[in-house]
Amino acid sequence: MSALVEIRDLWIEGRSDEDWSPIINGASLTLNKGEVLGLIGESGAGKSTLGLAAMGFTRDGVRISKGSVKFDGIGLIAASAAKKRELLGKRIAYVAQSAAASFNPAHKLIDQHTEGPVQHGVMSRAESMKDGIELYRRLRLPNPDQIGFRYPHQVSGGQLQRAMTAMAMSCRPDLIIFDEPTTALDVTTQIEVLASIRDIVEQFDTAAIYITHDLAVVAQMADRIKVLLKGDEVEEADTRTMLAQPKEEYTKSLWAVRAFERPQKPAVHTGATPVVSVQNVSAAYGKVPVLHDVSFDIHEGRTVAVVGESGSGKSTTARCITGLLPPTKGVIEFDGKALPANYKSRSKDQLRQAQMIYQMADTALNPRTSIGDIIGRPVQFYMGLTGKQKRRRVEELLDEIELPAAQYIDRLPSELSGGQKQRIGIARALAAEPKFIICDEVTSALDQLVAEGILKLLARLQDDLKLSYMFITHDLATVKAIADEVVVMKDGEVVEQGPKHDMFVPPHHPYTDLLLSSVPEMDPDWLTNLLNERGVDNIGDAAVDKMT
Amino acid sequence: MQSVIRIILQRLALGLLTLFVVSIVIFTAVNMLPGDFAQAILGQGATPEAVEAIRRDLGLDQPPITRYFQWLGSAVQGDLGNSFAQANFASFVGADSGVRTTVAQQIAPRFANTMFLAAVTACIAVPVSLLLGILAALFRNSVFDRATNVTTLTSISSPEFFLAYVLILFLAVLNPVLPSLSNIFEGMSFSERLEKTLLPALTLTLVVTAHMMRMTRAAIINLLASPYIEMARLKGISPMRVIVKHALPNALAPIINVIALNLAYLITGVVVVEVVFVYPGIGQLFVDSVKIRDIPVVQACCLIFAAAYILLNLLADILSILSNPRLRHPK
Repeated sequence: MSALVEIRDLWIEGRSDEDWSPIINGASLTLNKGEVLGLIGESGAGKSTLGLAAMGFTRDGVRISKGSVKFDGIGLIAASAAKKRELLGKRIAYVAQSAAASFNPAHKLIDQHTEGPVQHGVMSRAESMKDGIELYRRLRLPNPDQIGFRYPHQVSGGQLQRAMTAMAMSCRPDLIIFDEPTTALDVTTQIEVLASIRDIVEQFDTAAIYITHDLAVVAQMADRIKVLLKGDEVEEADTRTMLAQPKEEYTKSLWAVRAFERPQKPAVHTGATPVVSVQNVSAAYGKVPVLHDVSFDIHEGRTVAVVGESGSGKSTTARCITGLLPPTKGVIEFDGKALPANYKSRSKDQLRQAQMIYQMADTALNPRTSIGDIIGRPVQFYMGLTGKQKRRRVEELLDEIELPAAQYIDRLPSELSGGQKQRIGIARALAAEPKFIICDEVTSALDQLVAEGILKLLARLQDDLKLSYMFITHDLATVKAIADEVVVMKDGEVVEQGPKHDMFVPPHHPYTDLLLSSVPEMDPDWLTNLLNERGVDNIGDAAVDKMT
Repeated sequence: MQSVIRIILQRLALGLLTLFVVSIVIFTAVNMLPGDFAQAILGQGATPEAVEAIRRDLGLDQPPITRYFQWLGSAVQGDLGNSFAQANFASFVGADSGVRTTVAQQIAPRFANTMFLAAVTACIAVPVSLLLGILAALFRNSVFDRATNVTTLTSISSPEFFLAYVLILFLAVLNPVLPSLSNIFEGMSFSERLEKTLLPALTLTLVVTAHMMRMTRAAIINLLASPYIEMARLKGISPMRVIVKHALPNALAPIINVIALNLAYLITGVVVVEVVFVYPGIGQLFVDSVKIRDIPVVQACCLIFAAAYILLNLLADILSILSNPRLRHPK
């Protein structure tokens, strides 16, 4: 039997200004019918580019310079655009990272679902619609008969991702490329989507290339794993071998990231005044209440991790503390004194004491301002330093975040990597010499290795400067790594709080339990076991027989 | 849907407020015009008594604020006043015949003609611009795209009268297929009217196409990098369908707004073309009235122009809102 996809010695280049720089350097790949290959690597490794190349597709500004891509014996590089269009959607389908962005906002889901089959002449609109509803049902979408008649903005992210998988299945393709389909989802939603994808791929014996940066996820999904680093292939092996005995250093370092964990600190002695004390805070956006009676303390030199799914009120709590959103009820105390609710009524010193680091360093740094000016601004504003003194302080701060000042001080944010930008965000917060820093998902946009570096930096700064952190995150691995205490939030309420070691040891609040058990583990049987435990049924074989 | 209705009502109220403010601006501006009607009609040798008599007769001796509210009060009731120029000035020598032409009577046929010209132009220009914009987006950076851009830009950069004469030269003089004079009168059949209107309409088409075509092209191309367009391509959808079905519906809002601006221009800004083709539209009437300081007509024309702008932009706002499924179908 010949392979379904055969990529041989593929070289891909991307345009940067006038030059072409390499993205993929001589990758080869073989995928058999019904097999799932995991492609893994950090951002910039060329995973998506390689995945798209397997469809014979390159994005604008990207070109294939050498090599061959064969799908079922058809050379895709030489194939005409019309020939490729015949295959795309019909025999090769794609599931994108952000379903919310990849569904057309102007059309109903079912209309987008039926477009492929109708345009390719596989089914009539009515047939495809019926089939779509059946697929929605199998992917365990709620209300499968009606959900297709909604517009994308009326459906949640996890549901959209499943609807997109259904759309990819609409022509019963031989191959689906999954490009980070669960990266944008909460852990609890991720499980449902992973389970649905795995089931449906198995049922229809579809081959798949599953692209992700999350090792634990790929362990659940793939038969084989291929590791990429900056366009070069590192190694490839079947999933269990790869997890048990990675050969290359790089792969081992990826595997090791999850091991970082700070030692437990001694308990805070009772009676100490917390740096920040959130007391019975409720808040609302307009008339919509979002926080209900939230209370917790943050002590000097401690990290409190606030965890929960998106929409649970984590960031809103931060907005209340910073005074951007005055609470409707309750008080925020700083060093035992109540802070004015609105930041406009706070003194400069009160503002200086609490700083913030944002999730998207990209958008939180002014792209037109040099690093020196970005950090220099709070130095001047809060500390009143100017001229040489200001520059010396900026250099110290750059030193503090482990970026050589001489090399970076005059650069623009666009000339830095994601991790370096986040370090600049940290330096900007430190410039105000605060006692307390709110870190809002600061590592969730970063690769694991880079994220680990940031966490270690934050930990060192905390020890050196006695900083207190409020660490907002949805990633429990990060919590494990850095937190001293944990606050679990759901629907604007605190459902559980306590020291970290208590949180990770049962018994938990049922919601904490759900969160904890939803974090993928590196064991390839984890998802199967978990589903069995939770009693989520795999879809019965009878349904499969009916459809095929 | 309820939120949409609320937004529309808000916009409508805002439009009325704008119109009110504009009416003040119009009245002030018209009153600041140097010279007055009595002076203009009686000429250099007029006696101060005669000028005064006419002024009194027309109510020009009243203070401006009184006149403004009188004018606004009757305008709200649909009475735009009487034209000065058509009045019988026997009155100032003692015997008023009582026959006066109202502004409404004077403007109505001219306005109808202007609307007809605008409608014919829109029927040609809007589909042509959209089609050219779509094709230019589809074949972007090709020879076709560049040729379309250069042609439409050239036509919008040329003075209107020049375009008009070029069209007359080619379509009326060298190849006499269309009449070069657009003398429209009442009782003409529709086809005759259309034939006479075609040349000015074509001239105006050349003037307005570039804006709309370029906005269509830009709005579509702007979306071509979005993930859902890539998704459509990866579903094997043909390029034409990707643009028409996937990009265009999301690009409608800016396109609608540019179309509305150009339609407003067609109603208010076509004096030159009317003059060249002797087309009896409202633009000519407006210019003539300014010349002889026929204040009620000038004010009424300004008010109509302002209302046209406000109304068309309001319509554009509403259509843009309706083109957004997030507003049409809230969660």
